[in-house]
Amino acid sequence: MSELHELVHRADVCVVAVAECFRGDGEILANPIGTIPMIGGRLARATFEPDLAMTDGEARLIADDAAFAWPGGPVVEHFNPYRHMFDWVWNGRRHVMMGATQVDRYGNQNIAAIGDYARPKVQLLGYRGAPGNTINDVTSYWVPNHSPAVVCEAVDTVCGIGWDRAAALGPEASRYHEIRRVVTNLCVLDFETPDHRMRLRSVHPGVTVDEVRDATGFDLVVPDDVPGSRLPTPDEVELIDSVIDPDGLRLREVPDP
Amino acid sequence: MTAPRNKRCTEEEAVAELRSGMTIGFGGWGSRRKPMSAVRAILRSDLTDLTVVSWGGPDVGLLCAAGKVKRLLYAFVSLDSIPLEPHFRAARQSGAIEDEPYDEGMFLLGLQAAAWRVPFLPTRVGLGSDLLRDNPRLRMVTSPYDDGEELVAAPAIPMDAAFVHMNRSDARGNGQYLGPDPYFDDLFLGAAEKRFLSTERIVPTEQLSEEGPPQSLVISRLLVDGVIEAPNGAHFTSCAPDYDRDEAFQKQYAASAKSPEAWDEFRTSWLDLSEADYQAKVRSL
Repeated sequence: MSELHELVHRADVCVVAVAECFRGDGEILANPIGTIPMIGGRLARATFEPDLAMTDGEARLIADDAAFAWPGGPVVEHFNPYRHMFDWVWNGRRHVMMGATQVDRYGNQNIAAIGDYARPKVQLLGYRGAPGNTINDVTSYWVPNHSPAVVCEAVDTVCGIGWDRAAALGPEASRYHEIRRVVTNLCVLDFETPDHRMRLRSVHPGVTVDEVRDATGFDLVVPDDVPGSRLPTPDEVELIDSVIDPDGLRLREVPDP
Repeated sequence: MTAPRNKRCTEEEAVAELRSGMTIGFGGWGSRRKPMSAVRAILRSDLTDLTVVSWGGPDVGLLCAAGKVKRLLYAFVSLDSIPLEPHFRAARQSGAIEDEPYDEGMFLLGLQAAAWRVPFLPTRVGLGSDLLRDNPRLRMVTSPYDDGEELVAAPAIPMDAAFVHMNRSDARGNGQYLGPDPYFDDLFLGAAEKRFLSTERIVPTEQLSEEGPPQSLVISRLLVDGVIEAPNGAHFTSCAPDYDRDEAFQKQYAASAKSPEAWDEFRTSWLDLSEADYQAKVRSL
């Protein structure tokens, strides 16, 4: 008999884990940035969160389940240029999923620069929208390459602020802050601990808790019983395969182990 | 009868209005609808020590590579299809430029504050982040109302000059975008002293409404001093629907960051020539 992890694509497990981040969000802008995040958001809307609004990756909100390509054009719900995006960010009707070059145990995130900021070893994108996203909206992160350098002891520059930084600001300034989940190619992480330290929420099929520990640059909170990540249902697999990502871009981002 | 202002000019005439040490803004976003013909004219000039304001793309990278930049105000620099801008990275990593980072939304507020002629706009953006460490210009402000909330005062970003590129305009500077997003071009012009609009095609004013709906007319002539007709002027960035990004060219540009020799070759091939010669050479590719 085949092992479970030989029957499902790792990428599909990641897609489902991303979709689960948006469960319960209702009628807000789900704004996942990146390949698997976009597919996961589309899956959430196509199944259990039908009121989510989503972009075409640029300046429109569209109704289509397909993530990236719409022969004949998408069904446009709303004109959403970059400037208008800040209305959503600051109004709070948004859950963003960003990438992270570094993310620490409280969910502080860095996408600006590696090394000393004043004279960086590696310059990255810049702060982008991370400070504004995290102080205003629910934020989750997608890490396709879980390693101790990425899920790390300390980030070099805090772009997106984590739970410890938010707590230090006090309840008024941090009242809209929530780092919800970190989905990686190995597991799902959350912050559902008394002091919001990162906790191992579930491991993907074929991944052991020790593998996650070894791939993490600090001591994770690990419950006694770590469940397996939720598997895609046959209906979800069909939807992903035939409608949301028929070109299989997700399998290129996270190949099967 | 008094004739209206004559705003028609060339890139060279616009650049002749600039001085070393000025703060200059560039519209567009990443590698999209950038006023590249104006950037190329600046590269041909002897201007130096510029403070550059941009939603950064190859405009920033080219100016950095050519040693024109003293200080950079930005929230990101990216080539979109190539996420990290190699010439910008090289400039940061070698310490060649002064760095003034912003969050994207804070950058919008800075442009808006300058366009509205107020010193700052309050925001929650930046609280708790290292922006307050890395951008020493940022200060806090306390709400004067009963809530007394502590907020970040996003500082106005006024500019000496700004350049934007539009799909169409008339000769008086009524500019029209026909692509997916107007970006923030009107704010750059509103925040600048000398304001230049380049365009794919200058058309009679009455033709603008045939090109697109009234809401595509996002730039008013009240915001424009100089109008430059620059067909393919955003090359190699995208200028949809007139043309997409020239990905092959952009790759070649990005590869020019690999070594001083590669940059010299790119510069000789593509920058040490007039805009007309550049465009003729692009057409022959």
